Amino acid sequence: MDWTQYLNPLMQGALVTIELTIYSTILGAILSFAAGIGKTARNPVIKVIAATYIEIFRGTSLLVQLFWLYFALPVAGQAMGIDLRLPPVVAGVLALSLNIGAYGAEVVRGAIQAVSKDQYEAAKALNFTPRKTLWRIALPQAIPEMMPAFGNLAIQNLKDTALVSLISLSDLAFRAEQLRNFTQDSTTIYTMALFMYFGLALVLTAMMKLLERYVSRWRVGAR
Amino acid sequence: MTEPIIKFDKVVKAFGSFVVLNKLDFEVKPGEKVTIIGPSGSGKSTVLRILMTLEPITDGVVYVDGQPLWHEKSGDGSLKPAGEPHLRKMREKMGMVFQQFNLFPHMTVRRNITEAPIQVLGIAKSEARDRANELLEMVGLTEHADKYPHQLSGGQQQRVGIARALAMRPKIMLFDEPTSALDPELVGEVLNVIRKLAEEHDLTMLLVTHEMNFARQISDRVCFFDQGRMLEEAPPEELFTNPKEQRTREFLKAVLEGN
Ligand SMILES: Nc1ncnc2c1ncn2[C@@H]1O[C@H](COP(=O)(O)OP(=O)(O)O)[C@@H](O)[C@H]1O
Ligand SMILES: [Mg+2]
Repeated sequence: MDWTQYLNPLMQGALVTIELTIYSTILGAILSFAAGIGKTARNPVIKVIAATYIEIFRGTSLLVQLFWLYFALPVAGQAMGIDLRLPPVVAGVLALSLNIGAYGAEVVRGAIQAVSKDQYEAAKALNFTPRKTLWRIALPQAIPEMMPAFGNLAIQNLKDTALVSLISLSDLAFRAEQLRNFTQDSTTIYTMALFMYFGLALVLTAMMKLLERYVSRWRVGAR
Repeated sequence: MTEPIIKFDKVVKAFGSFVVLNKLDFEVKPGEKVTIIGPSGSGKSTVLRILMTLEPITDGVVYVDGQPLWHEKSGDGSLKPAGEPHLRKMREKMGMVFQQFNLFPHMTVRRNITEAPIQVLGIAKSEARDRANELLEMVGLTEHADKYPHQLSGGQQQRVGIARALAMRPKIMLFDEPTSALDPELVGEVLNVIRKLAEEHDLTMLLVTHEMNFARQISDRVCFFDQGRMLEEAPPEELFTNPKEQRTREFLKAVLEGN
């Protein structure tokens, strides 16, 4: 079979991969900020919830989290009489974002705590509330610092999407495996899949760089 | 006799077992321009930081504008440690200018000045802008309004720092070595702004500096701090020409020779 005939199914898979990456990166970013900010909170309850979430999802494997959400949760739900069956896309996006969110939370926490004490003191002297200090003084300075790490996490996330093929989501990895089963043409198919992942990673990296430039625009020419 | 606007009543400040201020008594009257001088580590910054509520006290009472700063009256009239609402109310009375400027690097000069009035005082954007324009003119930075702090010289940044604090309309301005981080040729422009403030406003000013000539020109009173105590205070002419304490004489001699 000619390699161009693989293109269409692989492209369809790539679309699913892109979709999964976009959803889970965005949801993961939201979770990162929620848990990262939560961990710097003064309220001990919020702090413990954030820390527990981070530790659980950093300390267990993504594959187990995925299987747990997809296979174990419905059974647990059944025992309680609730329907917790998740469509594969939902389980996939959830597992990916919960996982990436836990790593991202540490990045967010670290960047917030790296904002200099002087800035917090200036904010206090001007009578900013702690909340406004966070949103208007600390985060705008912390976010540019997070961007390189976030870029890495986004790439990590793209690569991790391949795991969802195990719950029969027809992403790029799934399609490649399907084609290989059918044609036995492993070399061509997996070489193509490799290049497609690599192309997606390039595009994602470029997008993260643009985002980084946008959130750091005030720093142009500084230092 | 006018009531003091700032009063330290036997204030103790300790970091662990290290006592920085030891039963300090100290007063400033409304409108008074007071300069604190003294060797490094003598507790000068600590006095300002306590006033700005950046550093809590260990013992004693600080009064600002007749009210205890770090305490509030409880039901039976006794003093209890102040809560955040009280501290917020008290903070409104004061503005601080930092040695390292501490401008917000992600905001333009104009936003550095308008942000707190809008976000904290809740005044209208247009009014905050007008206020900022006035202040920028006063500190001579009108044409730099849309630049970011890192695009300015140290002297310009410190003038923004002064404008930013003034935009909150404080009654009391605290200056902690405002020119110590500056190259010598930039000191003058900042001192001129402070001088203008001192001459044209009834602001109460508390200034820590090593610029002795400047202190002499603008102060109503100069206080010499040494090892967490106020060793000597006098009008500038008196303190600089005829210090009573041996330590003061030594310090002044060292500073004047060092410069
Ligand atoms: N956060 C702190 N922890 C411990 N010691 C401190 C702290 N801040 C200041 N000090 C000490 O308190 C003393 C007075 O400090 P400071 O008020 O900054 O002096 P000055 O401004 O006169 O140089 C110094 O010995 C300093 O090391
Ligand atoms: Mg100091």
